[in-house]
Amino acid sequence: MSTRDVTVPVVAPATPWRQRLGTMVPILVLAPSLAASFIYVFVFTLWTLYLSLSNSSLMPTYGFVGLDNYASLWANRRWNIAYTNLFLFSGFYIVGSMAIGLLLAILIDQRVRGEAVWRTIFLYPLAVSFIVTGTVWSWLYNPVDGIQAFVRGVGWTDFSFALTANRNTAIYAVIITGIWQSSGFAMALFLAGLRSVDPDLVKAAQIDGASVSRTYLKVILPTIAPIFLAVAVIQIQFAIKTFDLVAALTRGGPGVSTTFPAIYVYDLMFQRGQIGEGAAAAMMMLAALAVVLVPYSLWIVWRRRAEGSNG
Amino acid sequence: MAEIALNARHDPEAAAATRRYFWNRFLIYAVLTLFAVIYLAPMLVVVFNSLREQSEIARNGLISVPRSFRLDAWAQAWGTYCVSGTCEGMKRNFFNSLWMTIPATVISTLLGAMNGYVLSKWRFKGSEILFNLMLLGVFMPGQISLMPWAFLLGKLGLTNSTYGLVLIHVVQGISFTTLFCRNFYVSIPDDLIKAARIDGAGFWRIFRKIILPLSPPILIVTVIWQFTGIWNEYLFGVVFTSGQQQPITAALVALTAGGTTARAYDVMSAAVLIGALPPLLIYLFGGKYFVRGLTQGAIK
Repeated sequence: MSTRDVTVPVVAPATPWRQRLGTMVPILVLAPSLAASFIYVFVFTLWTLYLSLSNSSLMPTYGFVGLDNYASLWANRRWNIAYTNLFLFSGFYIVGSMAIGLLLAILIDQRVRGEAVWRTIFLYPLAVSFIVTGTVWSWLYNPVDGIQAFVRGVGWTDFSFALTANRNTAIYAVIITGIWQSSGFAMALFLAGLRSVDPDLVKAAQIDGASVSRTYLKVILPTIAPIFLAVAVIQIQFAIKTFDLVAALTRGGPGVSTTFPAIYVYDLMFQRGQIGEGAAAAMMMLAALAVVLVPYSLWIVWRRRAEGSNG
Repeated sequence: MAEIALNARHDPEAAAATRRYFWNRFLIYAVLTLFAVIYLAPMLVVVFNSLREQSEIARNGLISVPRSFRLDAWAQAWGTYCVSGTCEGMKRNFFNSLWMTIPATVISTLLGAMNGYVLSKWRFKGSEILFNLMLLGVFMPGQISLMPWAFLLGKLGLTNSTYGLVLIHVVQGISFTTLFCRNFYVSIPDDLIKAARIDGAGFWRIFRKIILPLSPPILIVTVIWQFTGIWNEYLFGVVFTSGQQQPITAALVALTAGGTTARAYDVMSAAVLIGALPPLLIYLFGGKYFVRGLTQGAIK
C-alpha cells in the first residue's frame, strides 16, 4: 500500500474531465450570447411573422387569417404614402449626403490646415440624437420663429421658407435635416478611402500631367468605388429604419404627409391597436432591408473570394 | 509679398501660377467655412436661446444676436420645469438614461470582447457560421422585435423599467460589439496565442494577459458606439417606458410636443442641450480614436 495507489485513481479520471471542461470553455463563454442572438433574430422574427398572419388587434392573438393583414396594408392610402416617402427620402438623402460628404472629403484631402478641427465640425451631428436634431430643426423650419422670420427680419420681406407647414414640401424638410445629420459620416468614410489610395498611383498621374480634377475622376475615385457602395448601403439602412427623426421633426404631419413605414408600424401597434397589420408593416420593412442587404452581402463574399484566389 | 512682386516682374508664368494657387486655396477654405457655418449654426442657435430671456426670443425670433444673458432656463430645464403633470424637469430622465446607458454599454462591450476572442482565437467547427448568424442582429429593424419584447418584458416583470431597456440594449448590442472585437482580434498574430499555450496559459489567462492589454483601441470604439447609440435611442424608450421612467430622448419629445400655449424656447433649448451633452462630450474626447477605429475595422 503506497501512497501512489491512492493518488493515481484520483488524478487519472480528473485530468480528462478537466481537459474536456477546458475545451468547453470557449463554447460556454459564447453560449449565452448565441442563445440571446438566436432568440432575438430568429424567434422574434418568426413571432412577428406569425403575428402578421394572425387576427391580432389590441392584444396579440393567434387566430390565423393568412395574408389579410398584408392585403389591407397595401390597400391603405397612408401606407402607400409611407412607402412613397421612403423612396423619395432614400433617393435624395443618399445622393445628397454622399455628394456633400465627398465634396468635403476631397476639400479636406487638399492638405488644409487644422484638418482635425474641420473633421470634428462636420462629424459632430452624428453624435447628436435624431431627437435633438429633429427638435432643433423643427424650430428652425417654424415660419413664425425660425429661418423665415430671420431672413424677413434682415430685410427680404417676402422670403418664404415654410417647408414643414405644407403637405407637399414637409418631406423635403425631413430630407434636408437627414442630410445635415449624416453627410459628415459619409465624409469620414470617404476621407479614409482617399487616404488609402496608393500614393504612387497619384504621383504617376501627376507626372503624366493630369490636372487635380482629372486625377480624382480617373484615378482616385474609381479605386474607392467599393466605399461608395458601402456608404450607400449603410445610408439605405438608416433610411428604412428612420423613425426618431420624423417623430421629433414633423410627427408624421402635416396630416399624414411625412408618414414613414417605421412611424406606421408604431402607430398601428401602439396607438390604434391593430397589431396584426402593424406586424405586417414591420415585415415589409424587413423585406426592404433584405432586398438591399442580401445582394450586398453576396457581393462582399464574392469579392473576398476573388481577392483570396488572386492573392 | 515682396517676393511675389519680384517674381512677377521676372517671370509672368510663375506669377500666374502663384495667383492660381492662391485662388484655389481661397476657394477651398471658403467652401469649408460655408459648410462649417451650416453645421454649427443650429447648435449655436440652441445654445444662445438657452442663455437668453424668453421675452427676447418671443420678440426677435429664434435666430438673432443675444442681447440678454441668464442661466435660469438651465436650472428650470434641469430641476423644476413641468412636463405632463410633474414638475421635476429633465433631472430624473437624465439619470434614467445614464443608469440605462452605462450598464448596457459595459455589459455588451465585455460580452463582445469575450465573444470576439472566442470567434477569432478559439475557433471550432461551425464557429464561422455562428458568427455570421450573430451578425444578422446588426441589421434587424427594431420594429420587428417590438411585440416579442413587449411580451417578454411583461413576463419578466420588467415593463416600464430601466432594467428592461438595459436588457434590450445588451441583446441588441451583442451583434455590434462581437463584430467590432472579432474583426480587431483577427489581426492579432495567432503565433502569440500559440506560444502562450505552449507555455501552459489557458483560455482566461491568455485573455487577461495578451488580449485585453492589446484591446484599448477597439474597446474605445465599441464603448463610444454603444454609449452614443444607447443614449440616443428613442423607439424602445418611448414604447416600453412612460412618465418618470422614460429616458431623456422620450422625455424631450414629450416636453417639446407640449400644447398650444406660447412655447418656452429658452427652457426647451436648455433641455435639448442637456439631452445632447453626454454623447457630444464622449465624441469630442474620443472621436479621434473612434474615426480611426471605425475606418480600420468596419468598412473592410
